[in-house]
Amino acid sequence: MATWKKLIVPIAITPILLLLAYGFKTNPRQVPSPLVGNSAPPFALSSFDGGTTGLEQLRGTAIVLNFWASWCFPACFEEAPALEAAWRAYKDRGVMVIGVDIQDREADAKAFIERFKLSFPNGPDPQGRMSIDYGVYGVPETFFINREGKIHYKHVGALTKQMLQGKIEEML
Amino acid sequence: MRGSMFQVGGSKLGRSGTWHPELGTRNSPTKGSRMRNTFLALLIVGVVGVWLRPAVGVGLEEQTQLLAAELRCPVCQNLSVGDSPSEMANQMRELVREKLKNGESPEQIRAYFVSRYGEWILLAPKRQGFNWVAWLLPFGAILGGVGVIGFVVRRSVSRSRAPGDAQLPPLDPRYASRLQAELKEWGQ
Amino acid sequence: MISTLGRFTLALALGIAIYGAIVSILGARRRKPALIESGRGAVFAVFGLATFAVLLMEAALVGRDFSIQYVARNGSLGTPLLYTVIAMWGALEGSILLWIWILALMSLLAVVMEGKRNREAIPYATAVLLSISAFFLFLAAFPANPFTAIFPPPADGRGPNPLLQNHPLMAIHPPCLYAGYVGWSVPYAFAMAALMTGRLGEEWIRTVRRWSIVAWGFLTVGVILGGWWSYEVLGWGGYWAWDPVENASLLPWLTGTAFLHSIMIQERRKMLKVWNLALIITTFALTIFGTFLTRSGILSSVHAFSESTIGPLFLAFIGVILLVSFGFLAYRSDGLKAEGDLDSLVSRETAFLMNNLLLLGFAFAVFLGTLFPLISEAVRGVKVSVGEPFFNKVNVPIGLVLIFLMAIGPLIAWRRASLESLRRNFSLPLLLAFLGTGVSSILGVRGLYPLLAFSLAMFAAATVIQEFARGVRARRQISGEGYLTALSNLTRRSRRRYGGLIVHLGVVLVVIGITASTVFRLEKEVSLKRGESMHLGRYQVRFDDLTAWQEAHRFVVQGTFTVLNANRQVAEMRPAKRFYPSEQQPIGTVDVRSTPREDLYLILSSFTQDGASATLKVLIRPLVMWIWIGGAVMALGALVAIWPDRRVLAAEPVKERVAWQPGRS
Repeated sequence: MATWKKLIVPIAITPILLLLAYGFKTNPRQVPSPLVGNSAPPFALSSFDGGTTGLEQLRGTAIVLNFWASWCFPACFEEAPALEAAWRAYKDRGVMVIGVDIQDREADAKAFIERFKLSFPNGPDPQGRMSIDYGVYGVPETFFINREGKIHYKHVGALTKQMLQGKIEEML
Repeated sequence: MRGSMFQVGGSKLGRSGTWHPELGTRNSPTKGSRMRNTFLALLIVGVVGVWLRPAVGVGLEEQTQLLAAELRCPVCQNLSVGDSPSEMANQMRELVREKLKNGESPEQIRAYFVSRYGEWILLAPKRQGFNWVAWLLPFGAILGGVGVIGFVVRRSVSRSRAPGDAQLPPLDPRYASRLQAELKEWGQ
Repeated sequence: MISTLGRFTLALALGIAIYGAIVSILGARRRKPALIESGRGAVFAVFGLATFAVLLMEAALVGRDFSIQYVARNGSLGTPLLYTVIAMWGALEGSILLWIWILALMSLLAVVMEGKRNREAIPYATAVLLSISAFFLFLAAFPANPFTAIFPPPADGRGPNPLLQNHPLMAIHPPCLYAGYVGWSVPYAFAMAALMTGRLGEEWIRTVRRWSIVAWGFLTVGVILGGWWSYEVLGWGGYWAWDPVENASLLPWLTGTAFLHSIMIQERRKMLKVWNLALIITTFALTIFGTFLTRSGILSSVHAFSESTIGPLFLAFIGVILLVSFGFLAYRSDGLKAEGDLDSLVSRETAFLMNNLLLLGFAFAVFLGTLFPLISEAVRGVKVSVGEPFFNKVNVPIGLVLIFLMAIGPLIAWRRASLESLRRNFSLPLLLAFLGTGVSSILGVRGLYPLLAFSLAMFAAATVIQEFARGVRARRQISGEGYLTALSNLTRRSRRRYGGLIVHLGVVLVVIGITASTVFRLEKEVSLKRGESMHLGRYQVRFDDLTAWQEAHRFVVQGTFTVLNANRQVAEMRPAKRFYPSEQQPIGTVDVRSTPREDLYLILSSFTQDGASATLKVLIRPLVMWIWIGGAVMALGALVAIWPDRRVLAAEPVKERVAWQPGRS
């Protein structure tokens, strides 16, 4: 068999093995969002306690938009206190924290809010329009929207106090 | 030993004369026309099949289903929005239905989802740029393979013939003339 | 105690496997029968130890010994006995233990059954089998040890993944599939042995083919059962989602099928030796590849066990297998030249070559599609998805050509097909195919692909029936037997041929089932209040009741629906949702009413808390049952093909032609 024929197989196999090795570094479950760096999609949210908030009204404020659900255990449970703390620390500095409750029941959501004593506005997304508009595919996900209305950063998964602080400071 | 050139024990041969395995018969109207009819029939089936296309449902439900089948359910593994039983998929289906009702085209709706989730939301890679590799490479490989097989088989067949011909001793002239006479008798 | 004992057993087995592999090779090369015997003994020992390890694990599971981490994660006090037992292979470490046990069993059977007939090859084959065992034992002894202890032991375990305790199918699908995967280790071992000894004769072909058919049979059943599991348990209404792991199980099946055909060319014409060896190596590597995909976290899949560190180890193993095996093959290839040539372009040999090309083309399309998300990310940095729309568009045309080949293959003669023989053989099946097309279009089949699928399937079926009919007729002319006797004798005398034809018939059934259930599929999703009805196709479905109750390990909400056909009650169906404490989302349980004509499939999508209304998704899929029946027929065909024939075994002396002699090394 000619020498070149003998080398066909190793030459064909090596790129495949390298590709698979490369695969170890990627995370198939993490999908980068095309919205980052672009204008945030407008929304209008009616909160559980009656008020309404919208993107238009909040122009000029930095927004931390958090998507959560009461059945999202343990991640949402871990980050709820951090969000509440960040809200209390930054609300007088032009930062708004908004929670969007998705695929949930009102009673469970209210119980969740009660449990963590959340004082920032939280509202339901009954038909999922807002979560689809933001390309949400799991909970929790948090969007950091800067004062110009552009999405600065998207975080998938639970947030820690340090991360929250860091990202909010970046936007201010 | 190669297959014999003449088949014994078939009156059909007598009627139609000699034949070459690969070229087929020279004067056998029955056989030739049967082959032609077969191919003609196949052609008709093909045309009928293409013509009788399934009536693409223009109803809202069918359109929703078609579009939903092209979108990936973000929370499931590899399922389409049409197939997935999850709540998020339900909501996406509703949204698709509403957008269709508002008069948006499937292309616009697809573009909307891509702008929110990225190309990943489409269950088949868009046919552009690098993605063509995925769509075309398998067919290219198969066509290439057909070529390779054709070449290899032809080479093998000619290898099996060439030395054989060379090895056949020259035909005894007595037999040669008898052969000619018999061939004439059989009408060729 | 079990933990220590278990870990010791695995470590000991690992040591013996390594010892046995080394000793077998040494014994073969230095021609020392004592060493070879020792290697053989190692195979027995490894099987004994593996069996003991499995029994230990089962004892721990059934005994709810939560001091062992695996039991704590996969067993619980509330889990029923059956699911506790089968939890042994429910998670990563246990599945590797199952693999080890099946591999040990098959190695044992191979050594015992093939020892006498393949004296020269057996030590090498033993060494290869023990080396593969050693790799898996290494995984089980170190990174993925199922007997790892946990301290302090929890009071109750987490229980198996709810998806794995929803249906008893979990008891057979994994073992069957693993038997299909592991089965290919034996042909691979003999292929390596052939490369090492240089002997590639008739006995070798017989041995390799025998084990390949066994592996193929199990793999076929495993894949079909996987489809059934997806349909009945995952409950989304389909049986195949082109999920990466489903694809990974299909790949060795495709290359294995190609091998089973091309080996016939080697048997008759002594050609394609290198090609066949390459196919065996590829098939074996693909079986490991499938295992690798589930455990590496590279692709997201329904089957992903867990992201673990053994991914790189598997990759290294695959790399070594491929490079060493193909390296060996290239090195010895000069001595494996074809001993014949083809006679004609129109011949069964060419048809088989096309069969190989298309099966490998199909496999390539599946492989490329499965890995393309990764390729795209590596090249463009953009994540794309490759799912059903892609695979259907690319694979269906290839599949149709394959069915066409399947139909004409048995009709084309070996060596050289004369036009005469073609005409004689093709007329009736072609005629039936056209009739079939006509009937299909009258029945409402539209579109080129579905029509072609039905026509070609009928063409293939007609071919099979014609072959059987001719054979029976010929026998009866000679012996005057009754039809059934003739049929049974015919099959017995030429098992491989008629077993193969039965397999083709099974494929036809599967194709018809898939095409019909896709083309004539109906679905509707509707919210119903109590007492309300909806209709789909011939059926009306009425929502009667919603009940809920607590079971030991889950909370169940079940809907009761009455199904009517023309106002006559046909069935009462109860799809449900099951809430497990460890899961955030409920697991749906569908209810399916299967008849040979069609499946009525009910999914309880959602319901209101007060039980006043429920959202129901109804699907009608015709001829789904024939997919499972077709799978069984394929397995039956494989069984017929390898059923040992006592007469043949006794009469046939061991004929071996040496293709190549290894030089003194």
